[in-house]
Parts: sequence; C-alpha cells; structure tokens
Amino acid sequence: MTRANSRALAEAFADGPAFVPYLVAGDPDCESSKAYVEALVRGGADVVELGLPFSEPIAEGPTIQSAIARALESGMTPERFFEFVADLDVDVPLVCMTYYNLVYQYGREETGEPGPEPFVRRAAEVGIEGFVVPDLPAEEAGPLRDACDEYGLDLVFVVAPTTRGERLERIMEQVSGYVYVQARLGTTGARSDVSRATDESLDRLREYDVPKAVGFGISTGDHAERIVAGGADGVIVGSALIDVVADGVENDDPTAEVAARLEEKARELKAGTRRGATASGARSERT
Amino acid sequence: MSTETDGKFGEYGGQYVPEALMPAIEELEDAYERYVLENEDGFMDEFRRRLREFGGRPTSLQRVDRLSERYDREVYLKREDLVHGGAHKLNNALGQVLLAKYMGKERIIAETGAGQHGTATAMACAHLDLDCEVYMGHHDINRQRPNVFRMRINGAEVNPVTVGRGTLKEAISETLRDWATNVEDTHYVIGSVVGPHPFPAMVRDFQSVISEEAREQIRERAGRLPDSVLACAGGGSNTMGAFAEFTDDRDVSLVAVEAGGSSLDVDEDRGVAPNSASLSTGTEGVLHGARTRVLQDTDGQIMESHSVSAGLDYAGVGPELAHLVDAGRVTAVNVDDDDALEAFHRLSQTEGIIPALESAHALGYLEAVAGPDADEGDELGDLVVVNLSGRGDKDLETVIEETHERGIANAPDMDVFTGGLQ
Repeated sequence: MTRANSRALAEAFADGPAFVPYLVAGDPDCESSKAYVEALVRGGADVVELGLPFSEPIAEGPTIQSAIARALESGMTPERFFEFVADLDVDVPLVCMTYYNLVYQYGREETGEPGPEPFVRRAAEVGIEGFVVPDLPAEEAGPLRDACDEYGLDLVFVVAPTTRGERLERIMEQVSGYVYVQARLGTTGARSDVSRATDESLDRLREYDVPKAVGFGISTGDHAERIVAGGADGVIVGSALIDVVADGVENDDPTAEVAARLEEKARELKAGTRRGATASGARSERT
Repeated sequence: MSTETDGKFGEYGGQYVPEALMPAIEELEDAYERYVLENEDGFMDEFRRRLREFGGRPTSLQRVDRLSERYDREVYLKREDLVHGGAHKLNNALGQVLLAKYMGKERIIAETGAGQHGTATAMACAHLDLDCEVYMGHHDINRQRPNVFRMRINGAEVNPVTVGRGTLKEAISETLRDWATNVEDTHYVIGSVVGPHPFPAMVRDFQSVISEEAREQIRERAGRLPDSVLACAGGGSNTMGAFAEFTDDRDVSLVAVEAGGSSLDVDEDRGVAPNSASLSTGTEGVLHGARTRVLQDTDGQIMESHSVSAGLDYAGVGPELAHLVDAGRVTAVNVDDDDALEAFHRLSQTEGIIPALESAHALGYLEAVAGPDADEGDELGDLVVVNLSGRGDKDLETVIEETHERGIANAPDMDVFTGGLQ
C-alpha cells in the first residue's frame, strides 16, 4: 500500500474517476481567478491543482507560460497565494503545483536558511492537501517528503513515458496522494489527440496501488473518456482551460462570462470521465 | 582538489529537472564516466586530437609588455581568443558533440547568450555531421548579430526566444523544454558549468585544458607557478577551465571577475538586478537544474540580470564555482560596464588584441587594483595570468554604441564613421 496522508485526497479518488482541473492562481487577477476556480468546482471538479507561478517554468508549454506571466504581472506571490487559497469557497481538495525554488525559499527571512518546512507548514494552515513540484525528482525530494509527512500532506510525483525500471520503483516508494502520469513527452499544452504513450505508462503502473491521474495534452471530454476507459483513475486538464481564460483576457470579457464557459467546459470533461468509467467498469466485469 | 561527490559540490549542484529528463541524464552520467573519465574507445584521445587539428590548440600564453609595465608586474594572457571560433567555448562544444556522437544521438540542441557557444556548437556539429538547433533570446540576437550569421552559415537553425527579457536565462529554459520533448534522440549541449549533474563536472573537464596548458606554459616561461589567475565569470565555464588545474596549488590565488553591470543594487519591485554578480550578491537557490547562487528576490523568483556583455548576463552561476567561493578557495570580485569597456579599449590600443567584452571584465579588475588610480598594495602578486576567454569581433556594434553613449574616456572617436549615432 502506498502512502496516503490526506484523507480528502484519497476520498476524491475513491468514488470513481476524478476530474482534476489546473489553473494558475492569480491569472489574470486574484478576483477573477477565484471565480474561475469556483466555477470549475461547480462544473464537477473533484480535486483542483492550483499553480503558484514561478519565473522559470521549465516544464510548461506556451499556454501555461503565458498564464504564469499574467499571474506574476498581477502581483501573485507565495504569501498572496496562501491568502488566495484561504479565501476560496470550495469543498474539494486543493493541490499546489509549483517549482522547487519557491518552496525552498519561503520563510527564509524567518529561519535564516532555505528549506521546505515553512512552506509546507503554511500550506497545511490554509488547507492545501498536497504538492506537485515538476522540477523535483525523487532523488532530491527527501526534505520536502519529510515535511509533507510531518504536516499530513501528500507529495505527488510525475511519471513520464521515459520512466521505467528502477526509477519507477524509486518514485513509487515516495509518491503519495496520486501519481501524475505524463501522457506524452514534452511540455504541458492542449493537443488534438490522445497519445499511445499513455496506455503504455498506465500498463507499467497497473500493479501499484495508488490513484493514477493522467495529464499533458488532454483537451476534450472524449479524450477524458478514452483515458479513463484505458485504466486511469483521473484526468488532469490545464492548458485547455487556460485557453478559455486567455480568450477572456484577449476579448476583455466579463469575469462571469468566462466563469460560465469554464463551468461548461468542466461539465464536458467530467461527463467524459464518467463515460470512461462506465466503459472501464463494463470491461472489468467481463474480465 | 576534487570538490565533487555524487554530483554535489558541498551543498550545491544536484539534479532538479523534470522527470522526463532524468533517464537521459542518467544515460549521460554513464557516458561521461565511461568515455570522459575512463577514455573508453579512446574517446579522450580523439577529443584531444580534434582540439589540436580542428580547434587550433594549444593556445599561446603571451606576456603582454605594455600591461606588464603599466601594472608593474609580469602579466600573461592565456589566449583562448585564438581557439577556432574565437573563444574557449569550442573546448566544451566539441567535447559534448563528440560525446553525443559516441552515444548515438542524432540531433544536437544548445542555448546561447553571446552566441559564442551557439557558434562553437554549430561548428562542431558541421565538423562531426550532426543536426543542430540553437535557442537564443531575441535581445541577444539583436546585440550579437555576427554570431547569428555564423551559426546559420554553419548550417544550424537559430530559434529566437521571445519570452521574458529574451536573454540567456530564457534561452536555457526553452532548450530544456525542447530536450524534454525530444529527449530520446537529442543531446543538449549546455554551454557552461551550469545545469544538472553531470553537466557542471563534464563541462569543467572539457574546459580544464585551459589551465592544463597554462600551468605548464607559465612554469616554462617564468620558472614557477603564477601568484594569481584571473578569469571573468558568468555561468563560469572559462573560469572553471582556467582554475581547475590550479585549485590544488594553494599559493595560487584564483579570482573570478563577475559583471557588476550598472549597479550592485537590486530593484525588488521590478524584479531586476542591474548586474550579473550572483557570486558577489546572490543567494542560494535552485535554477536550471542545480542548487547554486542565484539572483533572486526574497520569494525566490529569479531576477532579470544585466551586463553590457551578453555572455556574462545570467542570473545563476556554476555550482562548483559557488562552492569554491564559499570554501574561500576562489575570490569573487566584480567590474562594472564602464570599466569593462575601458579595459576593452586599452587592450585593443596597447596590445593589438581586441578582447571579448566578457574577458574585458577580467582585465578591468587588474586596472582597478593595480592601475595608476588604484590604492597601493593589491594582493595579485608579481606574476599574473589572465584568461582571455574570447575575441571581441562579435562585440563591435555594442562597443561602438555603448562607448558613445557612456562617453568612455579612452575610446577612439568613431563619430566620423558612424554618423554620430544620435
């Protein structure tokens, strides 16, 4: 049995496949961003991944890079991020996705030297349930893993199409909450098809008893259906939602209108995961 | 003095990269150990042969008479500007492109700041018949156009990076993204002693030919080791190359000269550090795959750096160099834009050598502590080696413009040729 520190997160994956949307907190400003997150939850989100923007987002494609730039421009900082989370009126678990330097530096003025503990402590205080840190491989994750265990938070790791053998073992020893299955090589970004690498990755992970959420390139309800039918316990969607936010920024649309579009897109994706679950359930009954 | 264990230099170094890249980095570690450290299949022999035949090594160690007189001591230049391509960058690029070939990779990608590393990589790829794509910030493309032309002429694709300020930091991020996408058939030739392990150690090893030659040459010429070795430091590849073989010689002081830019103060609100002095003013952080000294705000956001020299304009520095500074083995100092420009003109006029703006920083430090306006009693000693990391042809447009704007006193009057530039 793999670790599960957060009960809320475990429960979110327990009742069937989870729809996990991602947005960058503060994109394009705190007030709209709050409305957008709440709209996604109304649309059926089971978990929300919230990006804390970092100036060098090396794992992101152009869509999320732009969202991060907008959020930084609007003045988002780690402390404002925690306040933003504390203010959110949602009843689903929240996972913070960010890069290690921000986790490492937080609270440094207080403690005198960098380290992940103050960040995790503060995150626990505002009700965050877990972290995804894409530039922190299992080899370097010890201190953050310890802090997460101390405060009862989960640490999600990415498994890439290139992750095999011993590496996979090492990651699975450390992962908790869910594993982020990277659907294809490259950076984040909406695509028009589902990659075969996804099925292969899910196959490699089948024996591990931890929820498997697939992300990178998922943009429609049909993608979500296929991926869940293929054995995933959840789908993570970021860029396709951020495209909606970006359109709203470009056309200067009112926040309420953009929120309504996000809610509708969330319903489409959630319905896709449900259809996929039916297909997957039917198949397991046959076998 | 080997400072490295397990890819760490003290607290610095490590491998902070997306999971998708980790298998490629493990593969590279294995290739580095076999081919570079153990000379499997005669890799190092072939590398050394190509450095001689294609690269023009060894480079000379030249006593510069006017500067020796001006500073009242023996001053020698290690002439890396004479390496094929005009800078030390080929030492590393040729090593890595050859290594990629031994590893069976089909495609090479690289980032470049001043364009020297991109040019060296493009040349090495043409020489060894591999496809090459170079990422370069749009700001750097504008200030280093001759190198953009050279890369294209050697057959490389040059991809402009338009995010952020468009300098080296953004170019490295974008190259990492390409690598994460095409990791199976592509090798990323990183241009400095930065990035995840094994890059900092491997790039140092390819560059250490500089100090290997210089150490032997100075003993031949002067009959002893130098009192000090000076090298400019951005990411730190020429620095580590010039220092590597001297680190065990405890009596040789090693001085890393950073770009002081226009000021050492930072503007937290705008996220701008008007310098590239991460050793002098940076704090410990994680950037581009390694823990090292970086220019960052209190939240940990990376600052925009600045230097008149594109090759030094970077918010981080190699982890081993950061460690050597913390350990007290290397002294970090800095020279600002104006003093670097003045040193550029001085060397050009008095010795007939046009230095790269990067290298001019190292010369600027000599002037600052030993020039006619300096206080008595510097600590550089009687026998000084300065690593002249590259030649300045690529910088002429920048120098003419900046010299005019800043009113650099020792610059020749160029107005008649430039139409005043106003």
